Amino acid sequence: MSVFVPRARGLLVAGPRTYAALVATAFVFLLPFYYLVVAASRPMAEMAQSPPPLTPGPLLFSNIAKALDQQNIGLALVNSLVVAGVVTLSTVLLCTLAGYAFAKLGFRGRGPLFALAVGTMMIPPSLGVVPLYSLMVALGLAGSLASVILPSLVAAFGVFFMRQYLVQALPDELLDAAKVDGATALRTVWSVVLPIARPGMAVLGMLTFMTAWNDFFWPVIALDTTNPTVQVALAALGGGYVPDTGVIMAGTLVGTLPVVVVFLLLGRQIVGGIVAGAVKA
Amino acid sequence: MTLTLSRPEPAVVNRRRARRSRLHAFEARSAPYVYIAPFFLLFAAFGLFPLIDTAWISLHRYRLGSSMSFIGLDNFVWLFTNPAFYNALLKTFTIGVLSTVPQLLLALGLAHLLNHRMRGRTFFRVAMLMPYATSVAAATLVFAQLFSRDAGLINWLLGVVGVNPVDWRNGSWAAQIAISSIIIWRWTGYNALIYLAGMQSIPQDLYEAAALDGANGWQQFRHVTLPGLRPTILFTIVVSTIGASQVFGEPLIFGGGAAEGGALGQYQTLGLFLYQQGWQIGQLGRAAAVAWVMFLLIVVLVLVNAALARRRERSA
Repeated sequence: MSVFVPRARGLLVAGPRTYAALVATAFVFLLPFYYLVVAASRPMAEMAQSPPPLTPGPLLFSNIAKALDQQNIGLALVNSLVVAGVVTLSTVLLCTLAGYAFAKLGFRGRGPLFALAVGTMMIPPSLGVVPLYSLMVALGLAGSLASVILPSLVAAFGVFFMRQYLVQALPDELLDAAKVDGATALRTVWSVVLPIARPGMAVLGMLTFMTAWNDFFWPVIALDTTNPTVQVALAALGGGYVPDTGVIMAGTLVGTLPVVVVFLLLGRQIVGGIVAGAVKA
Repeated sequence: MTLTLSRPEPAVVNRRRARRSRLHAFEARSAPYVYIAPFFLLFAAFGLFPLIDTAWISLHRYRLGSSMSFIGLDNFVWLFTNPAFYNALLKTFTIGVLSTVPQLLLALGLAHLLNHRMRGRTFFRVAMLMPYATSVAAATLVFAQLFSRDAGLINWLLGVVGVNPVDWRNGSWAAQIAISSIIIWRWTGYNALIYLAGMQSIPQDLYEAAALDGANGWQQFRHVTLPGLRPTILFTIVVSTIGASQVFGEPLIFGGGAAEGGALGQYQTLGLFLYQQGWQIGQLGRAAAVAWVMFLLIVVLVLVNAALARRRERSA
């Protein structure tokens, strides 16, 4: 992931105007997060005043406590953790295997099959929701977490991403050496491919977790508010059954915090991963 | 003598070795297919089959919770004679333009700013990408608060510069602009990073040569950066066009969870229209017809994009 090796040699040095423009943009991009904290920590009456309050108030924790009682937010957090966790594990593992095959193994149909896999990225999954829904009803899975996990167990983007990663990260000599040593295909994957793929798998894992946590269209159709994911619960929170904006914002804050924390800790790597995945597209 | 007897015959060893290497060869030959099989099987079950079955279901009368009956093209006749469908098509288009065009232009400018040697590089990049990490639902709930008519921060700021409060939820253009601004906020940083990566892969000597020829900053941007970014720009245009055709969560939550997209459908997109037909009215056959039309729309948009790009390439 050495996408960000600085090419400082010929790069222009940022002047005050560049900094000013970047600071202003960062301010606009971060303002909604700040305002989320402000609104989540104020009583509703204050949020209805004009001018609206601009600093955080004292009610953050009591609003969060109220939000956790509303719309199953507590259950939603657990559900989202389960869904995003299973989806991430499965996607990372299956995409690494497929990416390895496309990157390093010669087999008949490799080119067309890879093109087909990449081509499926262009099809938005939301177009198949009607049959997907009947399928889940027929399987007796409608409303269950399995109905949102199953369609996301693997992702074309991940196959593409891991292939690009392994093409450059996994030297052919290592695979040849494993073959000379008489390693079986499984043994080669376990002792040679996976250790080398690990940094790429970590980035793919973070991106997948984020996508799964934030998935909206299909979960809103497949699940209901008795057994929701965070996004389904948030949609219900915004549906007007909870009139207190402070509580709505506190619920939003709680539902957003896990990904934002992951992002703040590992943002650098995620940025690198997004860029690496896009450059070669 | 005993020693040689205790060993297997050379021929047996050879046969065993041959069998093992044949086994290895078989394993090595089948392994790639085993590795890619899960992807293709899952895609076939949950991607390809639903897409094809959508076309089949669209030819049926199919109410939520009951069985299907074949009605030919009736759903499409209903769709193409329905003003609500054309309204949703139009709103998908206007929100698509309002969100995609400023988003990509801003991203281009932002990438140019980020493409400097500077302090706080990582901070700026992470800050630009934070909205991307935020879910549609969370972003829309916060923006709905910011765009509130009577006590929203945005109307208050507009008031400071002397603009009357805007009814962001009920006005047609106002609501579309508010929804587009959520999309712009979430996706600009993502696109900027992709442009930035493209910019950094443009060979530095091109800039040096341009500078030697006396090109100023803007001319370098116009004649070196933009041509170098062409494939990246095409990629982002295709991705955001497809994204724009799918807009769903923002107008749903902005409208308080109603699929009507405003009292007069001011911001009902095709995604909302599909959801309303299928899961609020319960006409799954009609929803499938909408989905299939959306699919064809995407195919056409992608083909038009590709054709335009190819023509520009040839003329360049």
